[in-house]
Amino acid sequence: MDIKVNVRQSDGDAYVVDLTGEIDVYTSPKVKDAITELIDQQHYNLVINLEKVRYIDSTGLGVLIGGLKRVREHGGSVNLVCTNPQIKKIFDITGLVKIFGIFDDEQGAMKALV
Amino acid sequence: MNPALATDASYGTVELKIPAKAEWVAVARLAVSAVASRLLFSVDEIEDVKLAIAEACTNCIQHGSGTDQIEITCEALASELIITVRDRGVALHFERVESKAGFGDEHRTEELGVFLIRALMDTVNYIVDQKSGTELVMTKRVSE
Repeated sequence: MDIKVNVRQSDGDAYVVDLTGEIDVYTSPKVKDAITELIDQQHYNLVINLEKVRYIDSTGLGVLIGGLKRVREHGGSVNLVCTNPQIKKIFDITGLVKIFGIFDDEQGAMKALV
Repeated sequence: MNPALATDASYGTVELKIPAKAEWVAVARLAVSAVASRLLFSVDEIEDVKLAIAEACTNCIQHGSGTDQIEITCEALASELIITVRDRGVALHFERVESKAGFGDEHRTEELGVFLIRALMDTVNYIVDQKSGTELVMTKRVSE
């Protein structure tokens, strides 16, 4: 089990983090490192693509929340792309659906950043 | 009622012991979800169990100071799955998570796991003993 992280620049100054695999207590540090590196480079508008994520637990949620908090300090935002019903359910029951923008596709998530 | 649920016969008990290390949580997750798949759970319910056991193990690793092993017992009955998770550390974290309000604050993210366990499982009980450690017992009932 592993997580693959791919970071790419999209239009403008926004960056997309593509994640593939499972995000848990073992793999979440790798996701955290990628997001922290982007923020340290002063990229504050991020789309995190969870389309190919099969599983996420509280440590993964914690990484996303930490990233969101940091970019918001600089006027930025983190939007998520997610259609997996099980993952959406986790955002829903934890109430995190209210603090993240969650979109069905990358285009919508990018558009909402601006 | 589903005829299979009319009796509460035991399908069997599975015991698993894993090192209290992050890289072993996936093993517990897969093993327990395999046990859950022996019951008449839906795919969504199996996913709930999978997340709950992972959160329980993560809790042991992050808060069970001094523990080096996590002991997991799954008792599969016709009507429910009973999962017991034990570690030798003393956890102090189960009591306080009752509300999801404020999970957007970074300092509360460690409580998300306990909240998820409570939300996804039907019953959750835990015993914290200063000498023997922490025991979490959680059940998931098969839908009728």
